[in-house]
Amino acid sequence: MLRKGFALAALGLALLAGPLFAGQALAATTEAEPKDVHWSFEGPLGKFDKAQVQRGYKVYREVCSSCHSMNLMYYRNLAQKGGPFFDPKYAENPNDSPVVKSLAHDIQIKDIDSDTGDAISRPGMPSDRFANPFPNEPAARASNGGALPPDLSVMAKAREGGPAYVYSILTGYTAPPKGMTVPAGKYYNPYMPGDMSSFMAKGMKVPEGGFISMPPPLVDGKVTFDDGTKSTLQNQARDVAAFLAWAADPKAEERKTFGFGAMIYLLIFSVLLYFSYKRIWKNVAH
Amino acid sequence: MSGHSTYEPKNGFERWLDTRLPLLRFANDTIITFPTPKNLNYWYTFGGILSLMLGMQIVTGIILAMHYVPHVDMAFNSVQRIKRDVNFGWLIQGLHANGASMFFLAVYIHMFRNLYYGSYKAPREVLWILGCVIYLLMIGTAFFGYVLPWGQMSFHGAVVITNLIGAIPIVGHAITTWLWGGFAVDDATLNRFFSLHYLLPFMIAGVVGLHIWALHVPGNNNPTGVNVTSTQDTVPFHPYYTVKDGFAISVFLILYAVFVFYLPDALGDAANYIQANPLVTPQHIVPEWYLLPFYAILRAVPNKLAGVILMFGAIATLFVLPWLDTSKVRSLRYRPTMRWYYFIFFLNCIVLGFCGAHAPDDLVIPGVSGLQLGDANINSFVWLSRIAAAYYFAYFWVITPLMGLTETPLAEPESISTPVLSHPAAMLAGAAASPEKRG
Repeated sequence: MLRKGFALAALGLALLAGPLFAGQALAATTEAEPKDVHWSFEGPLGKFDKAQVQRGYKVYREVCSSCHSMNLMYYRNLAQKGGPFFDPKYAENPNDSPVVKSLAHDIQIKDIDSDTGDAISRPGMPSDRFANPFPNEPAARASNGGALPPDLSVMAKAREGGPAYVYSILTGYTAPPKGMTVPAGKYYNPYMPGDMSSFMAKGMKVPEGGFISMPPPLVDGKVTFDDGTKSTLQNQARDVAAFLAWAADPKAEERKTFGFGAMIYLLIFSVLLYFSYKRIWKNVAH
Repeated sequence: MSGHSTYEPKNGFERWLDTRLPLLRFANDTIITFPTPKNLNYWYTFGGILSLMLGMQIVTGIILAMHYVPHVDMAFNSVQRIKRDVNFGWLIQGLHANGASMFFLAVYIHMFRNLYYGSYKAPREVLWILGCVIYLLMIGTAFFGYVLPWGQMSFHGAVVITNLIGAIPIVGHAITTWLWGGFAVDDATLNRFFSLHYLLPFMIAGVVGLHIWALHVPGNNNPTGVNVTSTQDTVPFHPYYTVKDGFAISVFLILYAVFVFYLPDALGDAANYIQANPLVTPQHIVPEWYLLPFYAILRAVPNKLAGVILMFGAIATLFVLPWLDTSKVRSLRYRPTMRWYYFIFFLNCIVLGFCGAHAPDDLVIPGVSGLQLGDANINSFVWLSRIAAAYYFAYFWVITPLMGLTETPLAEPESISTPVLSHPAAMLAGAAASPEKRG
């Protein structure tokens, strides 16, 4: 009865407002759905593929890190439990891991000479934060045509779609569609959120996506993988996305393992309580 | 019910203590022998679940406060550091952040249960009002807490909500500046929000004490809504309800654990993993899911002040509900017409939540261009939220008073123990037998 009332009211309003019919297109931000990628770390039992995260670190180190910082990451994190270079021998103190020591040693870290106070560069240590490519934000912008390369520490959590979004952006660069005016220093990417309506020639269909200031960073063969994995654009993108997924959530494996035990405990506990409940209430009519 | 105590001191110490501070007598009468209706169903277990959640939030929160840094430059990273470097920090932070959602989920079930069984009616008005106070404090606490990680949604949410106060004529802007501790949401704001976020849970705990006190004077309502008439109708709280509540708590914890361990970010917004930046406004500023219905009401009207009044009015309405309801029958089991309006009201709240999550101009049915009505498309979420907000208020201010006067309720059972009538199946049969009484 009530629903019928609503329907009648809506119909009445529709008839009254009929002459005002307007089918205007709404300008809005759009982006393509991230590509469907399968990850080893999906699901309640999924774990990171260590070799993949190692390759991903190499992509970050050799390509991304020339512009993008990762301020929440320390080299020691690479050797901690769940990390790509974890070695049970150094579980107690990942700073002792020789692999990470040598990885960090290859990187120059800006520091201050503790005797003179002069600015110096020294080889990195596992306890150092990932080296920041720029001393400050204006320097980062000045080197990138005014755009600020975002910190990548939690990038895989800071965008809808997570690692699939990262993969889609890196592999998603396409030639701009006909009729699109691309400003200097910008690149069209259908997976980047944006509103293309004002960049299209009149009457052209407005495509999904937006402009990104980062030129396509990866190409086939850009990074040489030590384990023989073919260095295609797709492989590089997938591996670096997996690395960023690990970096954004380095305790994911510990969380899932702990959770597995907690779930079993709670399930048994619930069953026991249920039968206790049935037994205690056996003689009460309710 | 709180009148006569059955406690008997068992030894010398208990006798000594009982004449000085009858603490054990109080505990015994409150959680051991307290006579509780024997027909409470699982919807009645959420009070216990809520006590647990409050304790959980306070304990995890105290630990988080040991590691959190309330400074605009460090807050975001300090939360990340808790998740990365503090021992079991990922667990404590996950329990706390998801605990807020679980707390609200439980409180909403608790409130809808209350509305269904008419538990707010005499003599439990004070109990209900105290519950509304707790809910209001919870909203405040959750809002302050959401600002602390200092992500994009934290910051811009704080800007939107504090700016609402600016809608008050003449003094609004002065009050907003005073609340901010400056001319924008900044370090001073973050610091005071942290301070208040730590204070309010203890105020909630205090009001919960009053809430339980107010519960124990008239005793529990029950699904039939009829008063307890004899000891036949009740069982002692322990062990009957400790075990039933315990079972329900354990099942609730499984749901909680699924989020904490496997979906830790499912209820949050990706934008809150970006450090707050006052110069970049996120595309859609949305509150956490549990405040979306009120956000929809706020945005339903084009006038800011009117929106603020309506939003607070939506909560204020709850406080006067006991006096809006004219029906003497508590439980909706025996009010077949009102029950339909109740179920529509429940769906309506969910619709409001969806409206709050969408941009006002988004189309409800995609692909249908619809009609322009007034300032917006009839097919847009802003119109849907207007209709839903209207029903929200109509439910309390029109339907509830009118239905109590006009509907013919079904026969209530004489007592909780009257076995045939008190059973829902029997009640349904009774409804079918007298269709002419349906409103």
